[in-house]
Amino acid sequence: MTSPPRLRSHALSATDDPFASLTDPAASREPVRRSTSDDGAALPPPIKRVVLDRTPRPIDPATDVVAPIAKDQTLGPERLRIEHVSIGYGEARVVKDLSLSIHQGEVLALIGPSGCGKTTFLRSMNRLTEQTASAWREGQILLDGRDIYETELPRLRRKIAMVFQQPNPFPMSIFDNIAYAIRVQNRKTPGKAEVRERVVDSLRRAGLYDELGGDLDKPALRLSGGQQQRLCIARAIATNPEVLLMDEPCSALDPRSTAVIEDLIGELRESLAIVIVTHNLAQAHRVADNVAFMYLGDLVEHGPVDQVFEQPRAQRTRDYVAGVFG
Amino acid sequence: MSSAPVVPRPVTPVPTTPQERRPVQPAGDSVRNWRLRHRIAHGAAWAAGIFVIAVTASIMGFMAWKGLHYLNPSLIWQRPTPGLAQGDTGGIRDPLIGTLLATFIGTLFAAPLGIATAVWVGEYGKPAKLARAIESAIEMVAGMPNIVLAIFGLAIFQLPFFSFLSFKAQGGGVYGRSFIAAGLIMSLIAIPLIYTATREGLAQLPAKLREGSWALGKTKICTIRTVLLPQIRPNIATGIVLGMGRIVGDTAIVVVLLGAALQIDPVGDTPGLNVLRGGGSTLTTYVYAASPAGEGNAPQKAYAAAFLLLLIVVFLNALVGWIGRRTKNSEITQ
Ligand SMILES: Nc1ncnc2c1ncn2[C@@H]1O[C@H](COP(=O)(O)OP(=O)(O)OP(=O)(O)O)[C@@H](O)[C@H]1O
Ligand SMILES: [Mg+2]
Repeated sequence: MTSPPRLRSHALSATDDPFASLTDPAASREPVRRSTSDDGAALPPPIKRVVLDRTPRPIDPATDVVAPIAKDQTLGPERLRIEHVSIGYGEARVVKDLSLSIHQGEVLALIGPSGCGKTTFLRSMNRLTEQTASAWREGQILLDGRDIYETELPRLRRKIAMVFQQPNPFPMSIFDNIAYAIRVQNRKTPGKAEVRERVVDSLRRAGLYDELGGDLDKPALRLSGGQQQRLCIARAIATNPEVLLMDEPCSALDPRSTAVIEDLIGELRESLAIVIVTHNLAQAHRVADNVAFMYLGDLVEHGPVDQVFEQPRAQRTRDYVAGVFG
Repeated sequence: MSSAPVVPRPVTPVPTTPQERRPVQPAGDSVRNWRLRHRIAHGAAWAAGIFVIAVTASIMGFMAWKGLHYLNPSLIWQRPTPGLAQGDTGGIRDPLIGTLLATFIGTLFAAPLGIATAVWVGEYGKPAKLARAIESAIEMVAGMPNIVLAIFGLAIFQLPFFSFLSFKAQGGGVYGRSFIAAGLIMSLIAIPLIYTATREGLAQLPAKLREGSWALGKTKICTIRTVLLPQIRPNIATGIVLGMGRIVGDTAIVVVLLGAALQIDPVGDTPGLNVLRGGGSTLTTYVYAASPAGEGNAPQKAYAAAFLLLLIVVFLNALVGWIGRRTKNSEITQ
């Protein structure tokens, strides 16, 4: 299913998130912390000031949190249901009482200023936050009606796959990268022939197979950044997951690779539920069905993409969207 | 902001031919313009460097000259025998085998232990107190003089319980000295090096590699085996080779736990095992025994053995360098 191009004639500002730097005093400190917390990612783009038509004003967080409006009924069955989830590190509460649900065939874009807890929330869905010693969580996350803590971890993560901000292929051949994902732990089953079939199939679905010209034994690190990221997507979907989490998957890529990956998201959505974190509102607009806007840990607004971008109901959403669409 | 006067840089003409290009030197920064103190310090640093090179070169040169003079194939193949005249003392076969065997046994124990400990401390490390305790224990072992380890080892291996590892006298006394006993204690001097190299290798791996594997539903142990350890193979290899160097150079443990007898002295009838249970010597103790400081009756052979020892160590060092360079060139480290 292809959605008609929805990109409007809004002039896009080049910056990621100018609004945060205007309202949130912590945001001006953020770049230093961010460059270290994201595994040595490239430094964030220089913050460009954007002139808003109004001065943003601090808002009492509780006043404009908006309940989701009725869901689009054309979507598939519900996959993930998040109920009153709060997540924090030590004393800090980073995600506050967040509830939403995600259906098969849906692409949900998580947007919001830097440091509002998008990555934390995303990583809690496949239980990667547990890796941080100080992290805690309240509330329930259900996958197909079952608490994710009831499924054993390896199985859960094969159902809820993840693509990271930085392409992170393993330093093995392209084939081994995906074969590693397909095999349960290091078991020899399924056999070579079946693995090969599934490797090729994943690469096809990720739109990488034809580009490789059959050379699957090439070291994965020799691929270009965009190809590496698509390899990571191929790896993530190789286990036939039900949910695909993507944390700013295009932030390290050029516009062409970004476009390829956006097309890919459009194709993958039929069999999956996709949650994508992005700072690029135009991208959210292009790929998402629904948008969730987070601000300082609150889920401020959650609704269909057109509604959130064109008739945002919450003041903070309006400010955020306006700030970027200038 | 200091307000140093801005001196305009002299304009140097652009060199036209490659010969004219010289390394860029800041204008005026020539030794001749330095203060006297700095010139003396500079000169002293040079002299110290040259001195170190000179010492190394003379050791190598001297040993090579002596060694090449006396080292010959028959020396290597002959067994050493006790004798009063130099001509009766045979070759250095047994000490050479002793060195190789002790190094092999020591590494065989040290490598898995060192790597496993490093993996546990680096990748699991809980409870944190235990991890810290292990860390400081390894540091402590690294700092212990070999002779202390050797004496401790002797106390252990002379226990009746360990009599199967060495020679047992008629009256029930346990000799406590054997290749296996020496090798086990020698592994202790190699473990810290292997541990440290593995730890450092693991620490330099980016978190995204681990998380990438965990996110595929892989367990920690599977991630370690398939993704992490293959990545740090060069680090581990370097640690192992450094550890081998330590074992090759050890003397104290050989004297105390191997008996430093001239010949390999099998105990029991089981082939292979009898050598492990028996004592012997290595090149280090042989050099001592044959030199004027020991029995003193075979100085030429001491030189030959010392040269061989030096060759082994130089070879191990070259191996470390080679592994390091090879890693730098490979794409694994990016
Ligand atoms: N491992 C951690 N330990 C402690 N605090 C953390 C940790 N990771 C993130 N935080 C804090 O949690 C908050 C939310 O971080 P998170 O990475 O989820 O933000 P984000 O919305 O993904 O930001 P960005 O858009 O910049 O990626 C931040 O204030 C951050 O400082
Ligand atoms: Mg993030």
